[in-house]
Amino acid sequence: MLKVLLALVPGIAAYVWIFGGGILVTLTLASATALVSEAAMLKIRNRPITPFLMDGSALVTAWLLALALPPLAPWWLVVVGTLFAIVIAKQLYGGLGYNPFNPAMVGYAALLISFPLIMTQWPAPLALAHAQLGFSDQLHYIFNRALPDGVLLDAISSATPLDYLKTQLKLQHTLQSIGQAPIFGLLGGQGAELVAMAYLAGGLYLLQQRIISWHLPAAFLGALALISGAFYLADATHFASPAFHLFSGASMLCAFFIITDPVSGPTTPRGKLIFAASIGVLTYLIRVYGGYPDGVAFAVLLLNICVPLIDTYTQPRVFGHRK
Amino acid sequence: MISRLFKFNGGVHPPQHKLESTKAPITTVAMPQRLVLPLRQHVGNMAKLQVEVGERVLKGQLLAMADGQISAAVHAPTSGTIVSVQDQMIPHPSGLPDICITLDADGQDRWIEHQALDYRSLAKSEVIQCLADAGVVGLGGATFPTHVKLREDAHRPVKTLILNGAECEPYISCDDMLMRERGEEIVRGIEIMQYLLAAETCVIGIEDNKPEAVAAMRAAAANSSVPISVVIVPTIYPGGGAKQLIEVLTGKEVPSGKLPTEIGVQCFNVATAYSVHRFINHGEPVISRIVTVTGEVSRPGNFEVPLGMAIDQLVEVAGGATSDINGLIMGGPMMGFNLPPAPVPVVKATNCIIASTPGMFPKQPQALPCIRCTRCADACPVNLQPQELYWFSRAQNLEKARDYQLFDCIECGCCSYVCPSNIPLVQYYRFAKSEIIAQDKARQAATIARERNDFRLMRIEREKQERAQRHAQKTAGKTEVTADDEVKKAAIAAAMERARAQKTEVTPQNTDSLTPAVQTEIAEIDARRTAVESTRSGDNPSDQEQQQKV
Repeated sequence: MLKVLLALVPGIAAYVWIFGGGILVTLTLASATALVSEAAMLKIRNRPITPFLMDGSALVTAWLLALALPPLAPWWLVVVGTLFAIVIAKQLYGGLGYNPFNPAMVGYAALLISFPLIMTQWPAPLALAHAQLGFSDQLHYIFNRALPDGVLLDAISSATPLDYLKTQLKLQHTLQSIGQAPIFGLLGGQGAELVAMAYLAGGLYLLQQRIISWHLPAAFLGALALISGAFYLADATHFASPAFHLFSGASMLCAFFIITDPVSGPTTPRGKLIFAASIGVLTYLIRVYGGYPDGVAFAVLLLNICVPLIDTYTQPRVFGHRK
Repeated sequence: MISRLFKFNGGVHPPQHKLESTKAPITTVAMPQRLVLPLRQHVGNMAKLQVEVGERVLKGQLLAMADGQISAAVHAPTSGTIVSVQDQMIPHPSGLPDICITLDADGQDRWIEHQALDYRSLAKSEVIQCLADAGVVGLGGATFPTHVKLREDAHRPVKTLILNGAECEPYISCDDMLMRERGEEIVRGIEIMQYLLAAETCVIGIEDNKPEAVAAMRAAAANSSVPISVVIVPTIYPGGGAKQLIEVLTGKEVPSGKLPTEIGVQCFNVATAYSVHRFINHGEPVISRIVTVTGEVSRPGNFEVPLGMAIDQLVEVAGGATSDINGLIMGGPMMGFNLPPAPVPVVKATNCIIASTPGMFPKQPQALPCIRCTRCADACPVNLQPQELYWFSRAQNLEKARDYQLFDCIECGCCSYVCPSNIPLVQYYRFAKSEIIAQDKARQAATIARERNDFRLMRIEREKQERAQRHAQKTAGKTEVTADDEVKKAAIAAAMERARAQKTEVTPQNTDSLTPAVQTEIAEIDARRTAVESTRSGDNPSDQEQQQKV
């Protein structure tokens, strides 16, 4: 688990560079909430506290949730989301090893449904914003929801590339004209694509360390690339390129850090392929046809439900049984 | 013959610790004063006692003979007097005592008359019978009676004879040293095995961490009358498991629940081949074996030990335990077990004794929950899903555990070895297996009891009717038939009809799927039976019933 946290560091560093230090506040808030609520729940459930706190699983959940939230989310949103993830999605199901759903994604989905407006208010990358917020300004904003004098919310926030793409396509604009907007970068969103690449680097480190198996990221990214590629080839004016989908939103975080949660995922090699590929397809469909700009959280949760079924029907052949 | 090697799933690489015990050559241990010989040192029926307390016996004399096919004889490792036959502690994971012969040595070590067997002039079946009386069992640890595996089976001819010199468990080096020092004799044994099985090819599989053994066996094989190839296999645990070695060498999997002969292979340990040679070419039954004594002892090494010697004494011979050992392990660290504190003897299964300290095998920290990381599935040589089996065993969901092929588990311990949560997985599987076996037995017993009870009720009912019938006949003879009697008779007839119907329902129909030949035979027998019964009609109706029951 500590190696997973370590693998997230490049992504966080890129995040700070692109969006400012506010994410560090969010991460700290989420971590503290996760540790305190985990300890409290373990105490109530009469479980040994130290070994379970030391395993780092609560921190992983907290970090993943924090990284999925908008960077300048109000403090209470972070706390409520983390509490929901740790207390309800994890501990009430029996704690580590017993949660059928990915806790971070449960927390994220709960927040998205309860507070849709705040959850879709993303600050623009620093380089693109009309007004610059320093670290202290960001801190102030997270806790007090107050901006420096003369700065309006619109000046610092912008639609995410996925969001922007969706609304503009609805307005009958073509992809070529939409792509001219400054929020788009080379592959995905301006700046955000760097964060995605840093996640990719961290993920490759996890693969090299054999912490995660190749099946999950390969099948997820492969399926996402295939389906977006098929749509793109069919109609390039209305569907974004595979590269855009791979490097936008939570794709990379999902591929290497979210669907690789072993507890809520399948265990058989074939099962992992089916699980991850289905999430890839579902993510794309929700992005393109669903009501939310990104589909990772719901795709993961929906496939979590299918895990027992997938495992049952993908049992590998046991030694000495007929081929 | 073997052009390429194959791989099995998973496996682990625990630290080997074999160098400690391979520095010195095999030492022959001085005959101890007292030997304790369990009657069951093998898989199968307990050997039948052939001596009495107080009897004087010679070295190599038969003390207990094989009882039935799957059994092995026990012989006296030295000359002396039988002082007792009673329950004593034996080295077994159960920790339960078993019947043992105690033999006090007279110090003369006088052999009984014995001679080599000219096996090529005898019928193969006679040679096999002689081996059954020689107490030869698989010395790799399974102790399955060897003669059973050497019988030729016309339906399943053995093409490939595999000799297992892999010795994959850490610490153990008895086969390694045997191959280094007595390669020629092992090859003589292989020649006998090859002759008995009429095998086409003979292969010795040795792991690549034993170059000296490979060289010795290659040299010995070069002088053999039969072509024997020595193949180096990669060092990986449990590569020395019979089924795993067979797969590595031939690429074939032994079907689940079947024997290797199913795929034309038979596999023996190299030490077993050595035993076969000692008996056939020298007339010596199995009365000693090579044992590795290692771990925290001052002179670790391999020893040729008379069976029945106390393990404590053997550890003393190896210089005694050097420091604060916390116990003795018999076998390797992966599949071995802790010996009880009470003295126990060396038996045919004793391949290795490890004097262990808490530092060598630290107590596992508190087990954490399973997070389904599937390291265990990656390591499982049988390709099971240990995390699912753990889940089912823990929840006592035994049917599911069986569905997920729990009984294919070889209990090699790879899963527990790699588990990051320190879960003692194998212990869960052993528990679930024994629970399932116990449940099956209970279910069988219940079925038998129910059948017996049904049968008893039927018999009581029938006897009642017979009494009534006899009574009715008597009264019919005496008095005129009344309306009342008619009613009674009708009732009796109806009851008999019912009983008959019930009986046909209960009687198991095992005659449904017979060949036409057998069916005609049964028809003939039935015809004869009816003929006999008609000659003594009404003689004794219960006889008739009995016949049908049988």
